[in-house]
Amino acid sequence: MRPISYSRVADVGTAIGTVSADPESAFLAGGTTQVDLMRIYVEQPRRLVDINDLPLTRVEELPDGGLRLGGLARMSDVAEEPAVVRRYPMVAEALLMGASPQLRNMATVAGNLMQRVRCSYFRDVAAGCNKRAPGTGCSALDGINRGHAVLGTSECCIATHPSDVAVALVALDAVVQTEGPAGRRSIPIDDFFLLPGQTPEREHPLTHGELVTGIDLPPLPVAATSRYVKIRDRESYEFALAAVAVAMSVAGGRITEIRLALGGVATKPWRARAAERVLDGAPADTDSFTRAAEAELASAVPHGMNAFKIELTRRTMVRALAEMAQREGTA
Amino acid sequence: MKSYQAIRTAPAPDSAVVRGPGEVAVRLRVNGETRTMSVEPRVSLLDALRDRLELTGTKKGCNQGACGACTVWVDRRRVLACLTLAISCENREVATIEGLAEGDTLHPMQQAFLDADAFQCGYCTPGQLMSAVALLAEGHAGDDAEIREWMSGNICRCAAYPHIRAAIRRVRDEQGGSGAAD
Repeated sequence: MRPISYSRVADVGTAIGTVSADPESAFLAGGTTQVDLMRIYVEQPRRLVDINDLPLTRVEELPDGGLRLGGLARMSDVAEEPAVVRRYPMVAEALLMGASPQLRNMATVAGNLMQRVRCSYFRDVAAGCNKRAPGTGCSALDGINRGHAVLGTSECCIATHPSDVAVALVALDAVVQTEGPAGRRSIPIDDFFLLPGQTPEREHPLTHGELVTGIDLPPLPVAATSRYVKIRDRESYEFALAAVAVAMSVAGGRITEIRLALGGVATKPWRARAAERVLDGAPADTDSFTRAAEAELASAVPHGMNAFKIELTRRTMVRALAEMAQREGTA
Repeated sequence: MKSYQAIRTAPAPDSAVVRGPGEVAVRLRVNGETRTMSVEPRVSLLDALRDRLELTGTKKGCNQGACGACTVWVDRRRVLACLTLAISCENREVATIEGLAEGDTLHPMQQAFLDADAFQCGYCTPGQLMSAVALLAEGHAGDDAEIREWMSGNICRCAAYPHIRAAIRRVRDEQGGSGAAD
């Protein structure tokens, strides 16, 4: 790791002012990504600004009936927050299926959105990688790409977005609250994550020094009947091969409301809008679920070793939807 | 929707105190004692404990947050010392495996690990113990499936997992109940 200087700040204004004034600085929150990537020289800030003392750790009710997750709320705390468990179960489930208990005690929900990809070429400074070093090519296209994305890829980058909870947040249309040198703004979460396209080094619309202060969950009754299904190589403490966040309401055998997103298979947390269009108003049966999955995956592009993910995702979607419908039908 | 709103409080200028990049005096509370050392800000809590404070019970396994061998408690929560900077632990309470026993009396979890033969090479054991004691305090030791899930951040390449679970079950049952904090 390169030498760094360190500052610890106690308020949001100083944090933003300090980082935005110093192009070689970075925020330090839980550190689970930042310290890891500094140690392998993938990220090389000269100065860390420790924001762990900022008062952004709480989960609060919003006037509209929604919930605000403080940017510095720890994954473990949010996962056990009664209001999250009861009103947004797929958020709690996604959090608890991510990382390990120790990492969840450290990592913040804002940091979770800001985490970098796990592509082994991104993490290897000797390899070509357009995301880490624009213009050096994508080593994953013809490399070890079993874990890589089949949706939202470009010829520049096929790295999978690694977050679990972001998948649930995208399904819910959460809103990312930020504060930066130019002021505050609210960013719909689907706009927060950028497709790689020709600029895979740009992963989000934040400017340097802009801080994620909170994540708002909208009031959404259907979210109370939701779940997160994650398929991985081992039972625990592993990234997704395919994951599905689903919230669904069923009445009279038909789907009256559906929210669906995919993880582990796309370059950003993937809202499955094509599948939602098939499912909206359709009979809650296997035929609908299969047609929906196939509609979403029609645009999937395999890259050698990850071709299995398309069929795996189809099956995971059908299973998640069927289990949700069964639970709804017998509720 | 995405346009900036006028900020309520203007960001303060770059006014934060800068420490480093050379060595700076860092004061930590470790196992109830105040310890002062001179380290660069980039030094991890793991390296500070092992190399500066000679608390070598905490082990360096992967050094990238994957194995759990470096598990310690900061402010009573189990965390990974390899991904924590020592300087960021000022004003926090650090607890390591060296603080687990009461003098010459082993912590019940240490004794249970011995009795259940819950290790072979022993390298992961300090991390397993710090995780296991925290697990009971968190109340996540209801049954074997729960123990397995909530101990998944501690890898044991000797695969002593069944014996580790047996040791945790024993302490849980001695304490009475699901392991919820009392």
